[in-house]
Amino acid sequence: MAFLLKDLLGKDKILTSGHRLCPGCGAPMAVKMVTMATDNPLIITSATGCLEVSTTIYPFTAWDTPWVHSAFENAGATISGLQTAFLAWKKKGKIDKEVKFLAFGGDGGTYDIGLQALSGALERGHDFVYVCYDNQGYMNTGAQRSASTPMGASTTTEPAGKKSIGKRIQRKDLTMIAAAHHNAYAAQSSISHWQDLMSKAKKAFEYEGPAFINVLSPCVRFWRVPSSKTVEIAKLAVETNFWPLFEIENMKLTLNFKPKERKPIIDWIKAQGRYKHLLQAGNEPVIDEIQKEVDAYFDYLVRLSSI
Amino acid sequence: MAAKLKGWKEIPEAGTIVEPGNARNYKTGGWRSDRPVWNKETCIHCFFCWIWCPDMAVQVDQANKKMTGINLEYCKGCGVCAEVCPKKCFTMKNEKELTNE
Repeated sequence: MAFLLKDLLGKDKILTSGHRLCPGCGAPMAVKMVTMATDNPLIITSATGCLEVSTTIYPFTAWDTPWVHSAFENAGATISGLQTAFLAWKKKGKIDKEVKFLAFGGDGGTYDIGLQALSGALERGHDFVYVCYDNQGYMNTGAQRSASTPMGASTTTEPAGKKSIGKRIQRKDLTMIAAAHHNAYAAQSSISHWQDLMSKAKKAFEYEGPAFINVLSPCVRFWRVPSSKTVEIAKLAVETNFWPLFEIENMKLTLNFKPKERKPIIDWIKAQGRYKHLLQAGNEPVIDEIQKEVDAYFDYLVRLSSI
Repeated sequence: MAAKLKGWKEIPEAGTIVEPGNARNYKTGGWRSDRPVWNKETCIHCFFCWIWCPDMAVQVDQANKKMTGINLEYCKGCGVCAEVCPKKCFTMKNEKELTNE
């Protein structure tokens, strides 16, 4: 069932005001939308990243719910431990609430550093939801390259220059890696499509077993876009097919959004400062290659969804 | 702006924070350089600004399902509300100019 915004009013309380994420950050939008999708009490953990450090600067916490600090690599392990402890307490009759377990990780803590803990947790089949807010780099420490950084983007560890186009290789397809754990519900969404994200979060909470949602959550600071453009840029990613919205359940892939006419990838590239070197003469082949990869990937998803 | 810091004897073991959501005591409004000025007349109460505000600073009247304004104690002035508003109800005004007015 679709969500109506007017019925959700007053539910945006899990992450409170007073957190110290940058103006226009996409991460709190993702948190807000995901946490509003359930009425059950939540226990949350976060892997190290912007979200974790900016919401819990001592002696303050912006979480209006039990929240556990986790290191960079083990949000998956932390959430499985919490959920197992909850099951033990339930068995002993110490708790009678239906608590849901939620983990947040950035792309650094999910694509790279926390991948083995996440994979382990998915494989063991704990009942939890893992949300990766993907801002395509280690933005908390000043835009280092991660496995999620797209080809052609300039980062401090792979900067654009005379001999460099920024990142030389394509990004890792994490949602499909999560989907390769066949017991898991895996989905890809974006903060620009709140209905899509909230429906997927609801499904993930209700799913008996592990669930993973990969949410595109722009970093206005290091994508070099104005702070007001967060939603617009995320929307552009979906409309250019750079970031397709899809979900995989019981090994069946559903494409949730198919643009009537997909916008060319150049629209997405020229909107962001981290790609500005690609607009110089001589870099056209790079843009062509990015476009080819985007189209090939979308075709691949279409093929999987129609089987 | 920050509350008085506790001494080490008053801090719970392992430095846990036992008051959920106490970041509300930390006012981020001082970060703002541009203020969203809301035009009440043209607002259609679609709540797009509310769903996308990254600082939970859009105030709503839950019972009457109305948007009531922006909480300037927390608004960081990112301007997302002005961008997502379908009726262009927000004008971003420079704080310094507003003060001079």
